[in-house]
Amino acid sequence: MTTRSVSAFLAPRRRLQLAGLLTPPVLWLGLVYVVALAALLVTAFWTVDELTGQVQIEWTTDNVVEVLTEALYRTVTLRTLGIAVLVTVLDIIVAVPVAFFMAKIARPRMRHLLVIAVLAPLWASYLVKVYAWRALLSSEGLIEWAVSPFGLDTPGYGIVGVVLTLSYLWLPYVIMPIYAGFDRVPDRLLEASADLGAKGWTTLIAVVMPMIRPAIIAGSIFAFSLSLGDYITTGIVGGTTQMLGNLVYANVGAANNLPLAAAISLIPIGIILLYLAAVRRTGALRSL
Amino acid sequence: MQIGRVARYVLGTITLVVLGLIYLPLGVVFLNSISTSETLSWPPPGFTLEWWGKALHSEGAFEALGMSVMVAVAASTIALVLGTLAAMALSRYRFFGKESVNLLIVLPIALPGIVTGIALNNAFRTLMGVQLGVWTLIVAHATFCIVTVYNNAFARLNASGTRLEEASQDLGAGLFTTFRLVTFPHLKSALLAGGLLAFALSFDEIIVTTFTAGPGVTTLPLWILQNMFRPNQAPVVAVIAVILAVLSVVPLAIAQRLTAKDAEAVSR
Repeated sequence: MTTRSVSAFLAPRRRLQLAGLLTPPVLWLGLVYVVALAALLVTAFWTVDELTGQVQIEWTTDNVVEVLTEALYRTVTLRTLGIAVLVTVLDIIVAVPVAFFMAKIARPRMRHLLVIAVLAPLWASYLVKVYAWRALLSSEGLIEWAVSPFGLDTPGYGIVGVVLTLSYLWLPYVIMPIYAGFDRVPDRLLEASADLGAKGWTTLIAVVMPMIRPAIIAGSIFAFSLSLGDYITTGIVGGTTQMLGNLVYANVGAANNLPLAAAISLIPIGIILLYLAAVRRTGALRSL
Repeated sequence: MQIGRVARYVLGTITLVVLGLIYLPLGVVFLNSISTSETLSWPPPGFTLEWWGKALHSEGAFEALGMSVMVAVAASTIALVLGTLAAMALSRYRFFGKESVNLLIVLPIALPGIVTGIALNNAFRTLMGVQLGVWTLIVAHATFCIVTVYNNAFARLNASGTRLEEASQDLGAGLFTTFRLVTFPHLKSALLAGGLLAFALSFDEIIVTTFTAGPGVTTLPLWILQNMFRPNQAPVVAVIAVILAVLSVVPLAIAQRLTAKDAEAVSR
C-alpha cells in the first residue's frame, strides 16, 4: 500500500485520523506513567518484611494511617507547604515587573537579549547553582562579607536559605510564561483603554491582569510543584531542615521502606492534584 | 499604554537589579573556578588556572557529558514525535476527554520529581521486571519532556489556524503531503524551541535520574553530585558549570531568533 492510498483511505475518516494521532502519546503516557503511579498508590497499602526488607503483598492501611496521624508528617507537610507558597509568591512578585518590562517596554532587540539573559542560567546546572548558594550563605561567604559591616549576619543554612535558593532556582520558569502572557496582550487594547480615559494603573488592574492571570498561574505551577518535591536543595543549604521530599527519599533509600515512602508521597500528589483541579478552568495548563 | 517616564525607569531598574541577582551566584561560580580557595571563601585569597587544567583532563566529566548528551538527544527525539502527535490531535480534532489528555501530558512535570522517580523505579523493577539501565533513563526523561514540545506545538497550531491546510486539501493534496508541505514548515521553529527546552530539561535533570539510571550510567548531573563535595573536585565542577553556561547561549540565541521570526510571520 502506498502512502497515497493510505492518505486517500484516511482522508474522509476523521475518527481514524484522530485515533492514529492520539494512540502513541496516550499509550506511552498510560503504560509508562499512569500504570507506574497507580502501582505506587497500591504499594502504599502493602508492607515490608521486617527481616528481609522485601516488599510484601499484605494489605494494610498502617502506612497511610501513620502518615495521617503522626505529628512528624503534619509538621513537615505544613513546613513544606509554607516554603512552597513563600517561594511561589516571592517569584511572582519579582517576575511580574521584569516580565512586563521585557514584553511591553524593552525594544525588540533588547527584548531578545533579555529573554536569552533570563533563559541562559537554566542551562547552568541546577546542582552548581545550589552549590553557589551554599557558598554565598556560608559564614565565610559573600553575604556575610557584605552585611557584617552593618552588624548583620548571613541567614546561614536553614529555612531562609532554602526559600532564597529555591526562589532563585525557579525564577526563570516563572518569568517566561508571564512574559509570554504579557506579550499576548495586544497593544491596541492598552491604547483603547487609555483612549477611554483609564490611567496606567487602572488599565493594568482592569485590562492586563485578567488577561495574564493564566500565565501567572502557569508560572506558579512550576515554582510550587518544583518546591514541593525538592529534597536536594534542602539537603545542601537547609541544614537540618526536612521537607516532604527528604522524608520520601529517606524511606526509599536508607530505611528501604517503599510502602511508607509511597504513603508519604500521597501528600504532595494530593496537594498538586487539588491545585491543578482548582486552576484547570483558567486555561493555565496550556500556558506552561 | 501610556507608560510614564518614571514607571519606565523604575521597571528598568528592577529588571536590571533582578538580572544582576540572577547572575551573581553564577559569577561566584566563575570566581570559584579560578580561586585558590577550595571551599569558596570570600573574598578569594588568590587566583589560579589549576582547576581549568584539571577539568580539561577529567575523563569522568567528559564521559558523563557524552552520556547526558546521548540521553537528552534520545529523550527529546521521542518527546518530539509524541508531543507533535498529541498537539495535532488536540488542536485539530474535537473529542471527548480532551481535558484529561491535556492533564495526562502535564502530569509528569507537575508532580514532584521524587514521586515520578520512585513511581517509575518501582514500575520498571517490580512490575516490568527490567534492569535499570540507559533505556529506563531515556524512557523516564522522554515522559516528562513531552509537555514542552506539546505546548510549543499546540500554541503554534492554534495561532496558525486551519485555513491553509484546508486550502491544500481542496487543491488535492493528501493528508501526508499537506502535513509535509503546509503544516510542518509552519511548525518547524516551534518544534525546535520545544525540542531545545526538552533537551535542556533532560540534560539537567537529577531527581528522576537518581531513581531510573542503572548502575554505571552516570549523567553529568550525577557526576556533579558525586564530585561536588570532594575537596579537590569542587572547583573542577565549577569549571564545567562555567563552560556549560557559556556554551548554552548559542542554541538559545538561535531558537529565540527563529521563533521570533516565525511568530511574526504567523500572526501577520
